[in-house]
Amino acid sequence: MKRIYLDHNATTPVHPEVADEVCRCLREDFGNAGTLYSYGREAKKLVDDAREMIASVIGAKREEILFTSGGTESDNMAVRGVAYGNINKGRHLITSTIEHHAILETCKALEKEGFEVTYLPVDEYGTIKLDELKNAIRPDTTLITIMHANNETGTIQPVSEIGRIAREKGVAFHTDTVQTYGKLKINVDEMNIDLLSVSAHKLHGPKGVGALYMRKGVRMKPVMFGGHQERKMRPGTHNMPGIAGLGKAAEIASRDMQVEGERLLKLRERLWEGIKANIPHIRLNGHPTERLNNTLNVSFEFVEGESLILSLDDLGICVASGSACTSDSLEPSHVLLAMGCVPEVAHGSLRFSLGRGNTEDEIDLVIQALPKVVERMRSMSPLYREFLKKQGK
Amino acid sequence: MYSEKVMDHFRNPRNMGEMENPDGVGKVGNPVCGDMMELYIKVENDIITDVKFMTFGCGAAIATSSMVTELVKGKTLDEALKISNATVAEALDGLPPVKMHCSVLAEDALKAAMEDYRSKKAQAFKP
Ligand SMILES: Cc1ncc(COP(=O)(O)O)c(C=O)c1O
Ligand code: FES
Repeated sequence: MKRIYLDHNATTPVHPEVADEVCRCLREDFGNAGTLYSYGREAKKLVDDAREMIASVIGAKREEILFTSGGTESDNMAVRGVAYGNINKGRHLITSTIEHHAILETCKALEKEGFEVTYLPVDEYGTIKLDELKNAIRPDTTLITIMHANNETGTIQPVSEIGRIAREKGVAFHTDTVQTYGKLKINVDEMNIDLLSVSAHKLHGPKGVGALYMRKGVRMKPVMFGGHQERKMRPGTHNMPGIAGLGKAAEIASRDMQVEGERLLKLRERLWEGIKANIPHIRLNGHPTERLNNTLNVSFEFVEGESLILSLDDLGICVASGSACTSDSLEPSHVLLAMGCVPEVAHGSLRFSLGRGNTEDEIDLVIQALPKVVERMRSMSPLYREFLKKQGK
Repeated sequence: MYSEKVMDHFRNPRNMGEMENPDGVGKVGNPVCGDMMELYIKVENDIITDVKFMTFGCGAAIATSSMVTELVKGKTLDEALKISNATVAEALDGLPPVKMHCSVLAEDALKAAMEDYRSKKAQAFKP
């Protein structure tokens, strides 16, 4: 059975050019970038070239990029590093209720250590309000961390405005760009971004490698200790194939950003129009326009997401859901709840996230398959039957 | 993560649908994740002669509802009372630990339906 992969916000297939580069590096560049002889120099060059590439995509300087093990580590490092590094100024951080768990759980851990955290609410589209951000800033605030685009809904935050406010108030600004790096135009100077997280596996790179942009002059404490690598902020022998792969993935993503972005937007809108035309009682989760080109989050009323996922999987279609039943904690998506979704609506949510390999034909197959799947699950649903009865049907 | 049996019952649920004039109805909600199950039974001479269900929930919830209907059909009320969530899960070749609560929903729905039948019957016999 041909499979249709529509969960690119979870992870992406590795681009063939990236895979080639990773394999080449594994075979040929085994050197330790911290050594002086030829193997080491070659390794160092490879790391530096990747660093240069990753920096150039966001208008940063090479030495401001640190390699990490992925988005989670970058987020942890940024939040903890700035929090610990500015204790003499204060112990207050600002974030939002819809951040990735890598941020939220780090904040919660810091709260236990005596830091204070303000979690900004979001509106029905999942956007924070700038007024509320301004009001939340205090003399002892040391960090604002707000994600660029949300992984579940794709809603894009007004990062430039947030950056301006942070700069005016002299507060460091971190943004999790795991879902936007290489997809949306980012310039750290124009947007006043001080720290930014990247993960390779969301942009057709390998898993377990990422980067943290850290503006020169930002006060940070390391959270890991060891050798001298990565300005002592992130010690440890470099993950050479990972770094080479991330560099290649960044290169390809930025090269194709415009064309691929427009292509994905067309596909996403085709999918949305197809769903709207064929399935009643649905709603869009996320901002209608200020949203990632590849992300469509839809709730199908009266049905539950896991059962939709299983049914679609039987047809080879791979998607995600914010349903409580799909999470190990058995709680519905914190993002959808923060947007004011009632639990039933979160229950019936599906996230379609598109990527490079997807074609129009695939989207059309999904549009064809989905109504039957939803209809079957609705035919079992006591909620749907109640609804029909109320309608007098 | 689900056994083939679970997937079979999920794909082809047995006894799914509403029942006309049931003798007992059990409606339960899952306090853990917010799902819902309804079970309807017909009883003749203390034997469950027919049973149907409707479920709003995950794959395990649908499969356990389907399985519980298979297990109780033709059983006496006393036999049916002995069916626990573990019985249902076992009959499905097991469930992932995080999904055991879904089988509790199935047991609760069955018990609620039998309770409803008993109380209706008690009402009917009141002089
Ligand atoms: C917004 C966001 N931040 C952070 C992460 C974590 O990245 P990683 O899987 O590389 O640790 C993810 C991916 O799950 C994400 O979507
Ligand atoms: S019914 Fe929600 S997890 Fe099974």
